[in-house]
Amino acid sequence: MTILSLSNLSKSYGRDCALDAVDLEVTAGERVALLGHNGAGKSTLMKLVLGLIDRTQGEISVAGHAPGSPVARALTAYLPENVAFHPALTGREQIRHFLRLRGANPREADALLEKVGLADAARRRIGTYSKGMRQRVGLAQALIGSPRLMVLDEPTSGLDPVSRREFYALLDELAATGTAILLSSHALSEVEARTDRIVILSKGRKVSEGTLGDLRAEAALPLTVSLRARKGFEAEVARAFPEAQGSGALLVLTCPQGAKLETMTRITDAAEAIEDFDVVPASLDDIYAHISRRAA
Amino acid sequence: MFTRILSTARLEFAIALRNRWVAIAIAMMALFSLVLSMAGSAPTGTLGADRLSVTVASLTSLSVYLVPLIALLISFDAVAGEVERGTLPLHLAYPISRGELLLGKLLAQLCVVALAVTLGFALAAGVAWMSGGAEVLTGLPALFRLIWTSVLLGAVFLSLGHAMSSLSRRPSGAAGLAIGLWLVAIVLYDLGLLAAVVADDGGAFTTRVFPWLLVANPADAFRIFNLAASDAVGAASGLAGAAHAIAAWKPLASLIAWPVAAALLARLAFGRVQP
Ligand SMILES: Nc1ncnc2c1ncn2[C@@H]1O[C@H](COP(=O)(O)OP(=O)(O)OP(=O)(O)O)[C@@H](O)[C@H]1O
Ligand SMILES: [Mg+2]
Repeated sequence: MTILSLSNLSKSYGRDCALDAVDLEVTAGERVALLGHNGAGKSTLMKLVLGLIDRTQGEISVAGHAPGSPVARALTAYLPENVAFHPALTGREQIRHFLRLRGANPREADALLEKVGLADAARRRIGTYSKGMRQRVGLAQALIGSPRLMVLDEPTSGLDPVSRREFYALLDELAATGTAILLSSHALSEVEARTDRIVILSKGRKVSEGTLGDLRAEAALPLTVSLRARKGFEAEVARAFPEAQGSGALLVLTCPQGAKLETMTRITDAAEAIEDFDVVPASLDDIYAHISRRAA
Repeated sequence: MFTRILSTARLEFAIALRNRWVAIAIAMMALFSLVLSMAGSAPTGTLGADRLSVTVASLTSLSVYLVPLIALLISFDAVAGEVERGTLPLHLAYPISRGELLLGKLLAQLCVVALAVTLGFALAAGVAWMSGGAEVLTGLPALFRLIWTSVLLGAVFLSLGHAMSSLSRRPSGAAGLAIGLWLVAIVLYDLGLLAAVVADDGGAFTTRVFPWLLVANPADAFRIFNLAASDAVGAASGLAGAAHAIAAWKPLASLIAWPVAAALLARLAFGRVQP
């Protein structure tokens, strides 16, 4: 079931186009990551989905409701980027307030804060919290109730690696119960195993969409093969792989996706002369950089 | 709806307490009331007024300046502060309407104003009672009237403060606008009217337009209503004649209409704020 659907969505600030004709659908239980460099339009897209800003053009539907309508707001949880709270309030007071606004029982505040690891700091003022702790308060409020749609703008910024893993585990639980999740991030490597689909924005346009495998195939970046020649066989290896770079025992060559098997055969043929070899596919961040650069 | 408004009000009141706004407002009202009631307890040559009515008359003049000032001080940060702290986007993403959010803030800040005027005036009344004895009781209705009209006046300027806060979107700008509004509405307006009346020298302006202009300003309506509604207070202020020239329902209507109008204005201005 489609929870969030955007069609031909655009947003301009004066003459600058922050978002340009973006189409996107997120279904129940799906985790979609929004990637893009600074100023690509990720936060703009999310604010449009929440109805915080008005669109210039296009359609948005949140489970069939207009963005920003009371029903849509009740169905949606939001974690803004650089989430902030009034420093004079305690974490507990703030979460209790948010629970009341959603018509939930304020007593659930302690359980929520415990879930994000803030049980000990719950009675302290948010002004005394660290950056990561404030981010956790933000996460706690996004977990209130059982939202149909979660919109999380750079949810893991400020979290340490262990907390990040815990956070994605929480998301997995929610997705399993049918929550549609749209989150933004700067690192493809971080979201790779944790999302079902990746959408890459560049200068306000959607330049790519798909699973990690799809993106890998689309970028078609060559693999890197490194070879170490046996002592005394350096010249022989260099002759067998004339395209390889490097000197002495260590040689490096690139291999297009389609030529993997062929290269393997050549390595096997020269097995006598080769002591060791490594095949490294293009890194996720290489793929990401390639796709967003190609679009620019 | 009421849960959301009340919850917002509760939170805002906690914030006001911790920001010391409650303490500052109460201290200001108490200090000035005390000074005035001390001064008022000197013999006045009695004009048919009991001690408390004399005090209420001077408290009325004080409140005209102080209540709007306190209200604007408490409220100018309401929207601009949230914009600056970055808390507004999240609040507006919750299932609470902008009107409910403003009402919650207004309610909390109105409690602060009510607390400050009640405590301040009670203090002044206590001083008058100590020096005037039991006859002071005749002035009690005037004191109650002063309290609830002060709360209405406070509501007007709280909402106007919210409007300034929404229009400027930056706390420093909002503070400037609030002070400007106070100067214009409380000080310059009266000076302007006075100058016009003097220049007009008893002409059509003074008899036809002037009373309406006086009533149209919530602060003047507040002053006139309090002076006109009680003979003793009017006598003590020496303004009975002027105040009685205007029927009491007019300033009262103005005092009731203004909080509503100002709240609508604030809601309109807040509606234009995009987080
Ligand atoms: N209120 C505004 N007025 C004018 N331009 C704006 C406004 N808000 C955003 N923009 C522009 O819209 C574009 C997209 O901004 P957005 O905040 O969506 O980027 P982002 O992808 O979230 O970037 P980041 O990764 O840095 O958070 C930027 O060029 C930005 O300058
Ligand atoms: Mg952003």
